[in-house]
Amino acid sequence: MNLFRQVKTLIIKDLVLEWRQRYALNGILLYVASTVMLVYMAFTSKAGGMDDITWITVFWIILLFASVNAVTKSFMQESTGRQLYYYTLTSPQAVILSKIIYNAFLLLLIAAVSFLAYTILLQNPLTDIPLFLLAVLLGSISFAMCFTLISAIAAKAGGNASLMPILSFPIVIPLLALLITVSKGALGIGDSNLNKDIGVLLAINGILASVSFILFPYLWRD
Amino acid sequence: MNFYLKHNWWKYLSVGLLIYTIIGGLLLPVPQLGIINETIRNVYFHVPMWFTMTFLMVVSLWYSIKYLRTFDRRYDIMAAESANVGLWFGVLGLLTGMVWAHYAWGKAWSNDPRQTTAAMFMLIYLAYFVLRGAIEEEDKRAKVSGVYNIFAFFAYVPLTYIIPRLVDSLHPAGGGDSPVFNRDDMDAGMRMVFYPAAIGWIFFGMWIMSLRARFKLLRMKRLEM
Repeated sequence: MNLFRQVKTLIIKDLVLEWRQRYALNGILLYVASTVMLVYMAFTSKAGGMDDITWITVFWIILLFASVNAVTKSFMQESTGRQLYYYTLTSPQAVILSKIIYNAFLLLLIAAVSFLAYTILLQNPLTDIPLFLLAVLLGSISFAMCFTLISAIAAKAGGNASLMPILSFPIVIPLLALLITVSKGALGIGDSNLNKDIGVLLAINGILASVSFILFPYLWRD
Repeated sequence: MNFYLKHNWWKYLSVGLLIYTIIGGLLLPVPQLGIINETIRNVYFHVPMWFTMTFLMVVSLWYSIKYLRTFDRRYDIMAAESANVGLWFGVLGLLTGMVWAHYAWGKAWSNDPRQTTAAMFMLIYLAYFVLRGAIEEEDKRAKVSGVYNIFAFFAYVPLTYIIPRLVDSLHPAGGGDSPVFNRDDMDAGMRMVFYPAAIGWIFFGMWIMSLRARFKLLRMKRLEM
């Protein structure tokens, strides 16, 4: 089997697995819903609402935590025996690529649901919605690139759940800073060279993807 | 004697340069500038800390790559000890910088991009040591932490490019207008101390690292016996 067919099969396998045990996906969606509700209660009861920059920042922080929670399980949900079985069938590159692509789709779904819930409950101060949606799209892909290898590392370290945020947050900060800058552009504020920011974001994604691609084969075998 | 000079010349050089740095750095004349005045002498101690930290982190990256190519545990120990000593130099750099910032900028922490990137850098390496602590089995620890070390380093490099663009810097030659001083303000006399100081501190960092690594290697050998 060549790489692309392997990747395709593995993604379909992940999708089917997710669909059969929906509790993980439902759990994350419920997590997003309750966090948005919490933010709604905290900001709009008597505190006088939130300003636009807080709106963006809180949105990205909700998305960040939901993404970490969603990606953490990507190498933990299957038993080591079954992983060994995949490793005899496919190449490590196919495994990491399929996980990155699958996680990107998963995070996109989560981002879409959060955006909907967030807009319904906390209004929408955006002036340029397509640009914000582009930022959300890029953000989901970036988070998937960044967190997938880290989740493999955390899984190798014994599946300690607290390890995942410790390892990934310092790394994701440049991405988050750029995403918030691009989102500020969707409010009509912030700097004017958005194309450059998006270019840098794509370049970082390229670096993270290629480093993951190179390093994962060292990690996958015990 | 000849043998020691041949292999350890850099240790003698480090000691000599650091003695020169301390005496010359505190006594030789410096340009008198507003606001910072004599605190400019901190350049000989604060800036080389960052040079040394960066140098040791690159060494750590180098040994992590070497480990993954050979699976020789000695390289893993070298990588961990470089990161460890580099982290301590980072702490010293941050502390010397905060004392200086307190007098020159009025606050110990003023959201300067270099302070932020330095803090992020140290968070990454603290996470590296938490990860090492979380894995019991030695070969697995070496492999997993080596992978994280390389991944984190390459993820960190763009940060040094991005953050200074997003926030104005108070540091000289770092984005916004500096109210304090320019790199050009360092005159020839100061350069005569600054460059030897940088080399001296880098060798000193290497020395501590090699001592710690040799100690760990001996302990590893004793455990294997």
